[in-house]
Amino acid sequence: MPINPKAKLAENILDLKTIEQFPTRKGYGEGLLEAGEKNEKVVALCADLTESTKMDLFAKKFPERFIQMGVAEQNLATVAAGLANYGKIPFISSYAMFSPGRNWEQIRTTICYNNVPVKIAGSHSGVSVGPDGATHQAIEDIALMRAIPNMTVIYPADMHEAKKATIAAVGIDGPVYLRFAREKTPVFTTAETPFEIGRAEAIWDVEDSSSETSGPQLIDVAIVACGPLVHNALLAAAELEKEGIKVRVINNHTIKPMDEKTIIKAARDAGAVVTVEEHQVHGGMGSAVAEVLAKNYPVPMEFIGVQNRFGESGTASELVEHFGMGADSIKKAVLKVIGRKPQAVEKS
Amino acid sequence: MPHLHEEKIKFLEQKANDIRQSIIEMLVEAGSGHTAGPLGMADVFTAFYFHILNHDPKNPLMTDRDRLILSNGHICPVQYATLAHAGYFPIEELKTLRKFGTRLQGHPHRTSLPGVETTSGPLGSGLSQSSGYAYGARMDGKKFRVYCLMSDGEQDAGNTWEAAMFAGKYKLNNLTAVIDRNNIQIDGMTENIMPLENLRAKYEAFNWHVLEIDGHNFEEIVNAAEEAKAIYEKPTIIIAHTIPGKGIKEIEFDYKWHGIPPNKEQAAKFLSELRTLGGKIRSEHQ
Repeated sequence: MPINPKAKLAENILDLKTIEQFPTRKGYGEGLLEAGEKNEKVVALCADLTESTKMDLFAKKFPERFIQMGVAEQNLATVAAGLANYGKIPFISSYAMFSPGRNWEQIRTTICYNNVPVKIAGSHSGVSVGPDGATHQAIEDIALMRAIPNMTVIYPADMHEAKKATIAAVGIDGPVYLRFAREKTPVFTTAETPFEIGRAEAIWDVEDSSSETSGPQLIDVAIVACGPLVHNALLAAAELEKEGIKVRVINNHTIKPMDEKTIIKAARDAGAVVTVEEHQVHGGMGSAVAEVLAKNYPVPMEFIGVQNRFGESGTASELVEHFGMGADSIKKAVLKVIGRKPQAVEKS
Repeated sequence: MPHLHEEKIKFLEQKANDIRQSIIEMLVEAGSGHTAGPLGMADVFTAFYFHILNHDPKNPLMTDRDRLILSNGHICPVQYATLAHAGYFPIEELKTLRKFGTRLQGHPHRTSLPGVETTSGPLGSGLSQSSGYAYGARMDGKKFRVYCLMSDGEQDAGNTWEAAMFAGKYKLNNLTAVIDRNNIQIDGMTENIMPLENLRAKYEAFNWHVLEIDGHNFEEIVNAAEEAKAIYEKPTIIIAHTIPGKGIKEIEFDYKWHGIPPNKEQAAKFLSELRTLGGKIRSEHQ
């Protein structure tokens, strides 16, 4: 199996029956606790969702550094801006729909334009929020956050990566948006999997992607994914491998600043790219990849994500399938994009 | 802070007059910007930067300085003029207001200009930033005070009341806020646009200590700031009744002057009026 050994992934990551499943917000809670232990400047603010955003671990251990804000997300962002301006490193938690959804202007002006180190943790992103329905399913937040100068945007793929990203965010001297999810999802990385903000990792590859060897047709397609759907991309890659299609799956956890080198190399090696994210296709990670490639190495692209619609109630897996983000939809998008390569078009 | 004596009051009156002249000079040069609010708050700003605040214009990032956070950023001409007169940067630079490449942005930006503690302009977010600042300082046992200057119009904003609730709950007695109660906002009189009264009762209900003063009386401004320091377990709000456009008779109280600058002819007239007033202050002093 073409799993990149350097990625140090878990065993049997393709077996949905045995793979461990935890939500990324759990990794956030553990990461925040560790960040708080390591750095006494870290403070935590929550808008009345302490348990479900997993900020409760920190709140119990450091009650004197935890601030309950009530249901007031604009105040959540701006009080944090003041704390950061003073010299603290605040993490703010709510559902992504409310923070950064409701308080966008406050984030833009008082956090990003001020350029102070507030870490915005948006929990319950994506349609996989499930039964709560569209009002609580944030699928525009990546677009909102990546459009603001000074902002770093990270969308971890599983619990371990969420923990690492949270701890690493403290080291960024500026605003960071961390995107998490409510639902349990496969934990396919391990504590040993390398993680560096701004560095995309090829976790599935027929070739050694780190080699300098590069060129057209080295592989058939690159799937650039982020968040828990990276696992669906792996499932799709495994199916495609059976059909002899050479795939590279890139975990593109840092949407801004993007690892342009890795993305451009993938486009060059594959000649076709599919992006995968649980977000509107407008303005999300796929759009960011398209911006990089249009300028540097244009190739046919397909975009897996929510296609200009609102979510609805259902189970997480029903909704991910319904909105065309399941492994099967990814596989179809791969076949489609391969058919759009210039040499394939010429042949037909 | 030392008690105000007659001589210091005259000094402050003269400074405020100089600052008002600078405001007119800046605005006519810029060709856009707000006139009424800056003139109305010139006395409050003068009192803060020339008497109340513990600060050092030569060391703007002094660790234990008092923090003055301007929430209604659109009145920045008065803040810029006061900072320049206090020695933060050359008075000559005031002429660059709103021009390309300037440190004096149309609305204040924290990292652009020494003395500007936060970026502001979008209304309603200054009180919460100040509250966060005060909360952080109290966590570390810092002794400095946080002052937030805001407008009455921005009391329309929900974010302001989220902050009022927060500061009241957490008893931030190192925080003093000042509302510029000039009764005007862009579209008209505050009580017609969105009634604010009873403002005192509202803040009292949110667990604030409330003071009301004449925002053009230096003794009252200074005494209120002094009283706030002594209040136990409550933030203080000073409702400063001011006259928009103060100092220039023909524009005083006129909401139409909220968001426009004077033209050249008007500016010449206004400056002559202010200089005459300045002369009077000096002669009374002698």
